[in-house]
Amino acid sequence: MKMKLFAAPYLVWMVVFILVPLIMVAVFAFTTDGGEFTLDNISDVGQYANIFVRSIWLALIATAICLVMAYPISFMLSRMEKHRQGTMLMIVMLPMWMNFLLRTYAWMTLLGNNGIINFLFGLVGLGPFKLINTQGAVVLGMVYNYLPFMILPLYSVMVKIDKSLIEAASDLGCGSVGVLFRVILPLSLPGITSGVTMVFVPAISTFIISRMLGGGSNLLIGDLIEMQFLGNSYNPHLGAAISLVLMVIILVIMTIMNQFSPDDQVLM
Amino acid sequence: MDNIVSLKDLVVNFEDGEQILHGINLDIKDKEFVTLLGPSGCGKTTTLRIIAGFLEPTSGDVFFDGKRINGVPPHKRNVNTVFQRYALFPHLNVYENIAFGLRVKKTSEKEVVRRVGEMLELVNLKGFEKRSVNRLSGGQQQRVAIARALVNRPKVLLLDEPLGALDLKLRKEMQVELRKIQQALELTFVYVTHDQEDALTMSDTVVVMNNGSIQQIGSPIDIYNEPVNAFVADFIGESNIVNGSMPRDCLVEFVGKQFECVDKGFAPNETVDVVIRPEDIKIIPAESAKLTGIVESVVFKGVHYEMIVDGVDHKWMIHSTKHAPVGTMIGMHFDPDDIHIMKKTEVDG
Repeated sequence: MKMKLFAAPYLVWMVVFILVPLIMVAVFAFTTDGGEFTLDNISDVGQYANIFVRSIWLALIATAICLVMAYPISFMLSRMEKHRQGTMLMIVMLPMWMNFLLRTYAWMTLLGNNGIINFLFGLVGLGPFKLINTQGAVVLGMVYNYLPFMILPLYSVMVKIDKSLIEAASDLGCGSVGVLFRVILPLSLPGITSGVTMVFVPAISTFIISRMLGGGSNLLIGDLIEMQFLGNSYNPHLGAAISLVLMVIILVIMTIMNQFSPDDQVLM
Repeated sequence: MDNIVSLKDLVVNFEDGEQILHGINLDIKDKEFVTLLGPSGCGKTTTLRIIAGFLEPTSGDVFFDGKRINGVPPHKRNVNTVFQRYALFPHLNVYENIAFGLRVKKTSEKEVVRRVGEMLELVNLKGFEKRSVNRLSGGQQQRVAIARALVNRPKVLLLDEPLGALDLKLRKEMQVELRKIQQALELTFVYVTHDQEDALTMSDTVVVMNNGSIQQIGSPIDIYNEPVNAFVADFIGESNIVNGSMPRDCLVEFVGKQFECVDKGFAPNETVDVVIRPEDIKIIPAESAKLTGIVESVVFKGVHYEMIVDGVDHKWMIHSTKHAPVGTMIGMHFDPDDIHIMKKTEVDG
């Protein structure tokens, strides 16, 4: 019973800063300025379907790229000698110690029409290419910023895969591809699901990356919500409705993801 | 019988320059139960891993069925391994664990069902097919590991301390069972252990290793009765080991007295290790004894008593069904053929 006492601060925190705001979002989403119940806000979200589709699509691409890049990196990390693992992990984490805005600004100067990358292309007589303000730049920004969130959960699952399991698989006739698909992949599924969650959720709701690297033409849901609260088209009711719909979408996608996880390792 | 596995001059150096194996030469005959026995760090597991293909020797050759197999990866070798902590796949149930090797080889479903069924019967795990391997006892996991290896019908089964995690009673049951399986399937078993009882109970041939070299190869009876040096004598069973010298053939001097023995061929007055098994020392009245001592401790061990007797120059260990009270003076006697004389080695037991 004493343990309950220790949890009290967190319970208070949860109620004040998570539960209450959630309820407020829901209330805002279903009311008018006058405070009357309405479904108009929710139905208004429909006109932004293209932005939703684009957000989901870009977030999916970024998540897929992160997974493909992070998987071999995490595996190599997990098989290194213990003392090297620490150093390499730190290198992976290093960008995260820098301010998020600063990192993304840096990409602006790199990708700009007069940026460093185009300058280098110019030296060999190529370009300039339009790099900034494209969907590609937004995806790049997402991958760059969220890659560590994929590597860490993958690494922490893979490091627990006993070397003898890999040896047993090759002893029983698996070549390296067989070992990967029959042992490492199934055993790292929990890491894949949590990594995908940790990249997909922030990627689908980001607004800084799309604003800075995507220009005005590649708005994402995050930008849309921000505009309802801080922009000229001030409308917190619509903003709340969009947030609510986004939450439902994420919830559905995560539920689907969890179907791939073993029963005892469900994330939510 | 032909040699199924031959190891020639195997040397393994680790990165830091430490030599793990110093020139191992070993021939393993077909259908033989061979045990590599030695203390931890003696190189026995390293030797096993070389046969399995997990480790390449720094120099030396590995022959399998007459063909040199250096550089052949583990999945292309006709051997299977039972790992120390079983290494069962946690994401697969008992049935799928055993079927693993067959599935890799794309064996037909009918054949998989038949062979896995055979194995389940062999290791007494019928009815456990759907069970998660995490919910098995140590002994059951052990059986799954053996079945998973044997289902592939390897010519040689390698076992890396497979009984290490089991309690004594289960361990003894499994010793008998492993030996039965080996004889029923007519397979070659290479068994690694630090437990002398495992080695003596199951093996056709015992290979005693220490510090990366082979000390002695022989049948369990030979190894026990005719150890070649003090290390083997001490490692296999308990021993009294004292310093001595050989004034002439069939005469040995130790603890200041001379005894008749049966060993010959030493240089005059060569210093030697004298080994006497504790069960070979008989208790006799002190008056008529050449060697006497005062009983220092008596411990009841079930089948026998273990006594430590303080002679003047040496404390003797005696195993006997009789015992004398602590503090009394007793005489000790042993026959000439109970005295084992060994050349001095740099190894101290």
